[in-house]
Amino acid sequence: MEVMAPKMNKINLNMPAYIEEPEYADIAMSVHNLNFYYGENQVLFDNNLDIHKDRITAIIGPSGCGKSTHIRTYNRIFEMYRNQRATGSIYLGDQDVLSQSVDSTLLRRRIGMIFQKPSPFPMTIFDNIAYGMKINTNVRGSELAGRVEDALIRVALWDEVKDKLHSSGTDLSGGQQQRLCIARAIAIEPEVLLMDEPCSAIDPIGTAKIEELMLDLKSHYTIVIVTHNMQQAARVSDYTAFFYQGHIVEFGDTQQLFTNPKNSQTEDYITGRFG
Amino acid sequence: MQSNSLKMRKAVSRLVKVLATLSAVIGLVALIWILMTVVSRGIGSLNFEFFTELPTPPGMSGGGLANAIAGTLVMTVIAAATAIPIGMLAGTYLSEVGKGTGMAEFIRLVNNIMIGVPSIIIGIFIYVLIVVPMKGFSGLAGAVALAVIMLPIVVRTTEDMLTLVPDSIRESALALGASRWRTTFDIVFRAAKNGLLTGVLLAVARVSGETAPLLFTALNSSYWFSGLNEPMANLTVTIFNYAMSPYTDWQAKAWGASLLIMVSILALTVTSRFIMKRQGRQ
Repeated sequence: MEVMAPKMNKINLNMPAYIEEPEYADIAMSVHNLNFYYGENQVLFDNNLDIHKDRITAIIGPSGCGKSTHIRTYNRIFEMYRNQRATGSIYLGDQDVLSQSVDSTLLRRRIGMIFQKPSPFPMTIFDNIAYGMKINTNVRGSELAGRVEDALIRVALWDEVKDKLHSSGTDLSGGQQQRLCIARAIAIEPEVLLMDEPCSAIDPIGTAKIEELMLDLKSHYTIVIVTHNMQQAARVSDYTAFFYQGHIVEFGDTQQLFTNPKNSQTEDYITGRFG
Repeated sequence: MQSNSLKMRKAVSRLVKVLATLSAVIGLVALIWILMTVVSRGIGSLNFEFFTELPTPPGMSGGGLANAIAGTLVMTVIAAATAIPIGMLAGTYLSEVGKGTGMAEFIRLVNNIMIGVPSIIIGIFIYVLIVVPMKGFSGLAGAVALAVIMLPIVVRTTEDMLTLVPDSIRESALALGASRWRTTFDIVFRAAKNGLLTGVLLAVARVSGETAPLLFTALNSSYWFSGLNEPMANLTVTIFNYAMSPYTDWQAKAWGASLLIMVSILALTVTSRFIMKRQGRQ
């Protein structure tokens, strides 16, 4: 399956050739003609999008435009619900993740996800991070402890929790819980990290820490973040896609999209005229 | 006019408050009355012999209900060991596996009907199913009857407790590469742990007071049990027989047995409430 055909769609043509890009960013994931249905109700329409490797791609748009639904197809987490269905293809490397021949469990080891509501498991801080490694790898014992520490250091949580690793993860503050969830996700070293409004339940200080962390993480991970906060998209992302009513209206370099949007709907949204 | 209607509303509010308080007091008085009667009449019978000796023939004082205590324990343990695993797995099916399917809807409906079936009907059912073919009352039949009564309660509480676990926890586990069954048993069960334990304890408490189904199945016995295929002594049927008897010593023992059962159920309920409280703190 070496499909990765050159993409001949509007979105790519929209990409200005003059984007300043000091180093060429590879494509980590590529979405082709993605449609999504809740039962009979179609909510995504022919989405086409390239996710650049080791960059942050932000997905913005008004509530209910399908941005969360869109990234929930990348790791097929929507399959948990009986009446949800996706068509089209999403390539991770040369594999179409929507193909039933791809095992969803193995897929999710490569594509981690952070959710809107911090959701630590009902276990200790240590076990929260160790759990993913225990089920996915053979790492055990002192190596496991070392990897847990590394993950906590990477999310800047180590100093706050090193003396209470064996107390419950649910006792942490909201911002700490979300960083714990990020540590848990990166501990199994996925290639892509999906973040579905990761800061919407977090206070401003916690949000600032998570944004800082994202910028730090992008050297190793391809990040896709859904956010309703345009300032956040502008602050952290390299590329931005604007969704409206299930369509990708505009996709491009973040700076260019915010300063010089090509589409009038995009302009209306980012200038606060609707949404 | 306005102040009048305000006065009226305040009066109604006071009246409702008084009525509600009064009702609560009546309920509480009834409960305390029962408790005190059982304690004051039963406490005298609860001596060492009560727990260690076999019953004596009518008219002879002394002796105890050791065989009935043992029989009730044996039947309850067998019932729990059968009904809890099956019930928890069935509840897991309803909440995690079959959710939203017609099959699950059907099982849930049947299960809810089962919860409402009077226990005497379960007793007759097991009588026809086991006692008649085996040609005799037996401890086994008693245990199966109790298991049948327990099963739907365990199914319901398991489903309820698992449904309380938010989907965000399931999504997080799945997104981390956990399979569906690992998500269920490692994460969802752990999140619902205290609720599940409470449900099990309450199911045990529920059956430990059952009499009617045992009348048709285990019957009763004045001896130690020598096997599950024979009538088995148990506390509730003993209470039923002794309390109706003309012998004061037997009547006193019936009070003692009532107190024992009441205290056991109370202990189970208090324990489960304590566990639930800890769940709330998490």
